[in-house]
Amino acid sequence: MAYFDAASTEPLHPQAREALITALDAGWADPARLYGPARRARMLLEQARAEVAEVLGCRPDEVSFTASGTQAVHLGVLGAARGRRRAGRRLVVSAVEHSSVLHAAQVHERDGGSVETVGVGRTGVVDLAAFGAAVRGEGAGDRAGATGGGNAADGRGEGGGDAGGTALACLQTANHEVGTLQPVAEAAALCAEAGVPLLVDAAQTAGRMPLPGGWSVLAASAHKWGGPAGVGVLAVRKGTRWRGPLPEDERERRRVPGFENVPAIVAAAAALRAAAAGSEREGARLAALVDRIRAEVPRLVPDVEVIGEPAARAPHIVTFSCLYVEGEALLAELDKAGFSVSSGSSCTASTLRPSHVLEAMGVLTHGNVRVSLPRGTSTADVDRFLAVLPDIVRRIRAEAGVRS
Amino acid sequence: MTSRHTAAGQAAQTPALTIDALGRKCPIPIIMLAEQINHVPLNAVVAVLADDPAAFTDIPAWCRLKSHHHVGSHELPQGGWSIHVRRNY
Repeated sequence: MAYFDAASTEPLHPQAREALITALDAGWADPARLYGPARRARMLLEQARAEVAEVLGCRPDEVSFTASGTQAVHLGVLGAARGRRRAGRRLVVSAVEHSSVLHAAQVHERDGGSVETVGVGRTGVVDLAAFGAAVRGEGAGDRAGATGGGNAADGRGEGGGDAGGTALACLQTANHEVGTLQPVAEAAALCAEAGVPLLVDAAQTAGRMPLPGGWSVLAASAHKWGGPAGVGVLAVRKGTRWRGPLPEDERERRRVPGFENVPAIVAAAAALRAAAAGSEREGARLAALVDRIRAEVPRLVPDVEVIGEPAARAPHIVTFSCLYVEGEALLAELDKAGFSVSSGSSCTASTLRPSHVLEAMGVLTHGNVRVSLPRGTSTADVDRFLAVLPDIVRRIRAEAGVRS
Repeated sequence: MTSRHTAAGQAAQTPALTIDALGRKCPIPIIMLAEQINHVPLNAVVAVLADDPAAFTDIPAWCRLKSHHHVGSHELPQGGWSIHVRRNY
């Protein structure tokens, strides 16, 4: 059995398990109260906050814990957009953001804001010039490569005007489906020049790579770095306007409603520290395995498109599409052979639509396989994957009547 | 989803062959195209009628991988697209 779906969720880090079990006994009380057990829970919570802040490169009082990475993105996008309501109502996103960003953008649009979606190139890198122009409010909705859209009426105004300004821009550190790194530092510089805050979705790289600077809001998810499920991180830089979209609550500096899951947060911080400490070495090891898959798959299997940036990529993700093969059949056969992978093909999606990421890149969406390697993946497992894949693809093609 | 229209300045060419893949899921429309493109002369156009949303992205991607030419995609009134491909070799 080989688990190759780390981009969905990373198995729990042993240090997170240990921290979780300890904190279940030590950190169960309400951290907002004043008695002994509460003080102990609060101390654990604040220590976890300090540890997470250190890895993210920000101040502890800028960090809030949420119930998930998705919730962190929702609160980050909608809170920052509300906080900047008077500066403008335009939200700029790349076409390949995680669905949590795009769903929050839909809510923003329903509330009367506008959304400008900036296209990507064939390897999934955002068009930086178009991103900058969108942030500055130049020619909204009028550019080749921009998809989706927003309220066309809002796009006619020019930047700097009251309603015509940009409230927030959003960009991921790395794409969750193809591993391509985005030019976050450059995008942050463009945003800073325009006086627009940048939300960075760091879900795929937090704990795996050093985080780029220049962000105003950052979102991440603990179970992607080996922490437990149910913990997200929302960091809002001092001086960034933010106004909560949900009913007010005194928890987490009024940013996140609800009682904190202190034991899970403690475990998340332990996992992040452990992952970040080992990331340079483990990242290089996984990147070499990914390079091997990228090189070998097209050599071993005819009619395959390997997708995404060849070099500027997250260390653990590799994606390819096999011509004339149904993604669902490929996943089922790989599962039978003992490999857990995911796919962006339409037949594997609940919506029966191909992945919006693959569509935006203009690459083959059928026969798609995403391999994402968790910490500790062995060379032997990758070798075995490369050994079984060619025959599986050949069999599915033969069954579909494809002559090769 | 908007349609990608024929590139400006490209004279519309009547398809030499129309493949009806309506109601068929990917990759079947592409398998049909790959099989039948050799039935038309060089530089002739094949029209693939398809309504699986994956075909809209995948047929142009197939053209790029196989060095054929994606002429354009036109929305059909009943839903789906007519996707035009010119045989290059």
